Amino acid sequence: MDTATTTSVPPPRAPQQTGTTRGKPRPGDRIFLGMSRGAGIFLLVIMAAIAGFLAYRAGIAISKDDANFLTTSEWNPAGDPPVFGIAVLAFGTVVSSVIAMVIAVPVAIGIALFISHYAPRKLATPLAYVVDLLAAVPSIIYGLWGAIFLVPYLDGLNSWLAQYLGWTYIFEKTGEGPARNLFTVGILLAIMILPIITNVTREVFLQVPKMHEEAALALGATRWEVIRMSVLPFGRSGIISASMLGLGRALGETMAVAVVLSPSFIISGHLLDAGGGTFAQNIAAKFNEADEFGRDALIASGLVLFVITLLVNGAARAIIARRKEYSGANA
Amino acid sequence: MKLQRKNGLRATALGALAISGALVLTACGSDNNTATGPDGGDKTNAASNIKCDEAKGQILAAGSSAQKNAMDLWVKNFQAACSGVEVNYQPIGSGGGITKFTQGQVAFAGSDSALKPEEVEESKKICKGGQGINLPMVGGPVAIGYNLEGVDNLVLDSATIAKIFDSKITKWNDPAIAKLNPDAKLPSSSIQAFHRSDESGTTQNLHKYLSDAAPADWKHDPKSKSWLAPGGQAANGSSGVAAQVKQTQGSIGYFELSYASSQSISTVKLDTGAAAPVEATSENASKAIAAAKVTGTGKDLALSLDYKTKAEGAYPIILVTYEIACDKGNKAETLPTLKAFLNYTASEEGQKVLTDAGYAPLPAEIATKVREIVPTLS
Repeated sequence: MDTATTTSVPPPRAPQQTGTTRGKPRPGDRIFLGMSRGAGIFLLVIMAAIAGFLAYRAGIAISKDDANFLTTSEWNPAGDPPVFGIAVLAFGTVVSSVIAMVIAVPVAIGIALFISHYAPRKLATPLAYVVDLLAAVPSIIYGLWGAIFLVPYLDGLNSWLAQYLGWTYIFEKTGEGPARNLFTVGILLAIMILPIITNVTREVFLQVPKMHEEAALALGATRWEVIRMSVLPFGRSGIISASMLGLGRALGETMAVAVVLSPSFIISGHLLDAGGGTFAQNIAAKFNEADEFGRDALIASGLVLFVITLLVNGAARAIIARRKEYSGANA
Repeated sequence: MKLQRKNGLRATALGALAISGALVLTACGSDNNTATGPDGGDKTNAASNIKCDEAKGQILAAGSSAQKNAMDLWVKNFQAACSGVEVNYQPIGSGGGITKFTQGQVAFAGSDSALKPEEVEESKKICKGGQGINLPMVGGPVAIGYNLEGVDNLVLDSATIAKIFDSKITKWNDPAIAKLNPDAKLPSSSIQAFHRSDESGTTQNLHKYLSDAAPADWKHDPKSKSWLAPGGQAANGSSGVAAQVKQTQGSIGYFELSYASSQSISTVKLDTGAAAPVEATSENASKAIAAAKVTGTGKDLALSLDYKTKAEGAYPIILVTYEIACDKGNKAETLPTLKAFLNYTASEEGQKVLTDAGYAPLPAEIATKVREIVPTLS
């Protein structure tokens, strides 16, 4: 059974099933085949060109970098000698995205389950639509909303966390100032990626074979048991792919982060202290004033984001591929 | 069983819409230097003395966002006086402006700092038989704004400012601050120092000032356009820093003077070693620019600012933005308009407008030199 992820490939022989002219493909089929093959190759060429461009420009910058590009916590490509590294950016990008995922995935699954299995039909459709709309809000709007509305509210949460959970190190607050930190960015990103994860997850939940659910109900399972034993296992790979889509957006989010975060080139495990930075935010902040070499340096950092995204997607595909055969639908 | 992708696609489409929407918004939203001073454009009789000569058509320019508000005024007045002429200045940042200039895409570039030697080399490709030159055009004080209840006349010197921004002084009632402000009631709260999160000429000029005037207390690279000191908090753009200072008790930050006046943020008076502490005003900034030396050769008027000046009433944290054009080899179709426009901006009338927008007019000596050179552009 096709587990129906967004990454699944249509069976290559599909056109031949049209029947009447078996063995002798019709011209339309061949044209369509050529077009789709051409489109596929075109996409690969574009990706290769982007990667080549990034690698070329990044190479120029990295070869002149006076410090270790991967481990330096400083960004001064205009300096003499130029010194820049992506350690802070990689840390900030990953940490804020992880916070976003930790918050968004459970909530998204909850919303998706509610819409698909609990809510009355009259409520489910508008609710799904509202979640859809959340995805249509431009990220700069999220940023402004975050900076003006969210940050003052999170100040309270921050001091509460610092007071009662300060002993955990990550919630220890060593500096003062408003909540313009990676934790706030994580919460904002969670809200931003919620609609993508929710939508895809809901779609997958709706695809659970009715027979499975009815069979479970017939055996006397409660609604929660139905969800636990048939819906969630069936949707697992779908949930993972949805989460990866969301993670992709969180990793690359630019404007919202640039507006909300108070960046600094320090790696700190204290999530409530202002500071840190992300790849996209740093590029947005530095690109305008950077000279040619500074831009190459930013492109080099962008290349690292590209690689991180590739790794994440690769890992997600590996997980999905491994789970395919054990998917609940076959069990 | 196949997943129906219609809704998934719709979500993706909406996502794409959101992202492209954000791109569109950010494309025009990065330089929100809004709300500066009173709009002085209508005060001067715009049509009076502007010579249009043979100006015609449209010219493109790009660069520093620090001089955006001055440009807006100039362009408005110039276009009102010369019908059918359009000057289009894009405040995309100095780096971007210089890149566009050396690629031949704009008639002139605005920049917070003079061309580097390698950029001059590159400009020779565009300026047939000549090279890019720096024409100082807009001066401006960088104000140190603060928000501290009950303290009205905060006086600081360069060493104290350096230590505050370098996180070495962290309390408002630090002895160093108290010594400079014997009469003020300084609270024991922590200082929240704000700096720019983006790269900017404003940051660079503050860096240069601190390393020149307080070399013992400021060890960071003076040429850096991005903030290098540890600690403190950051905000995006002068408007962002001003907004944070405005809403945060016990904060201090730096931005162009116009942001302080438009949001009524108190500014620090500088103890420069002169008889009385100097306030950040357009007039005082002009006095400090007068202490600058021209280091450019030939027609190039690159300035070396004297950040250590002790002249009475000279406010030394200043920013000078240049217009960069070719001395020879400007494009024939844009040359008349370019000359007419720069003639206006360098003229007494053009410089007078600057005060209204929170900038500092060039001191007479330098302005005269600029006025001599602009007509010789070819």
